[in-house]
Amino acid sequence: MPRILAALAAGALFGTGLVLSGMANPAKVVAFLDVAGDWDPSLAFVMAGAIPVAAIGFRLGARRAAPARGAIDARLLGGAVLFGLGWGLAGFCPGPALAALGFAGWKAALFVAAMLAGMGLFHLTAGHRSVPGTGQAAAPTR
Amino acid sequence: MTSFTPLASAAGGVLIGASAAVLWLTLGRIAGISGILGGLTGAPGGDRAWRLAFLTGLVGAPLAWAAALGPPEVRIAAGPLTLVLAGLLVGFGTRLGSGCTSGHGVCGLARLSPRSVAATVVFMATAAATVFVARHVIGG
Repeated sequence: MPRILAALAAGALFGTGLVLSGMANPAKVVAFLDVAGDWDPSLAFVMAGAIPVAAIGFRLGARRAAPARGAIDARLLGGAVLFGLGWGLAGFCPGPALAALGFAGWKAALFVAAMLAGMGLFHLTAGHRSVPGTGQAAAPTR
Repeated sequence: MTSFTPLASAAGGVLIGASAAVLWLTLGRIAGISGILGGLTGAPGGDRAWRLAFLTGLVGAPLAWAAALGPPEVRIAAGPLTLVLAGLLVGFGTRLGSGCTSGHGVCGLARLSPRSVAATVVFMATAAATVFVARHVIGG
């Protein structure tokens, strides 16, 4: 039970952080990515706020098993390219899309439905293959 | 056009970082949204419960925010077709690349993982290039 409550609290912290930071607003995300236009650098401050705090947490719990340190391979980089394309097109990445689900209307719901379909498509096609370079089963937790 | 909000964005970032720290210290899990969501299917029962709890908080807290303070500002310029294409790319790409903005961009960078640094550079550069093409080349 404490595990469930901790996960619930972590999710609530994450969702509140996304809304407060502006990440849940695709217009703001696209403005951050639009370095050649009306650039809004606000979202760099999200990473600047998040990374040191997360790093302290990872330091304190360093004994735990971290995700496997595999190779930087085509699968990792190819996935990042596809993700970047989608992120740039809509201004939504997975966390903010879920956080916006409750207040952003049908557009957020449509994006989330398509994202779930994309994940399902991955599991049906590439998901059964092992991760090159790690010898692990596919789809590690992250 | 959006306004520059360094303080709110940094404060939101601190909450996101705190979430990642809590999840790591209590459950030993990485707060990567695509992994938590994607791992729901095919996960054994005990592994599914914490994922559902996290996602409940992630969706529920902004709902509570909207109810208490009014809906946060949100503008989605993309039309339905773009949203579907983008959603498919984000869903497939984050599973293929084992992470997204949270798993690679926050947790991975905080852990100084070379894989996550590489992934973050690639997806941020690709996203910026996509916006450049959409806004200044096609949309010009």
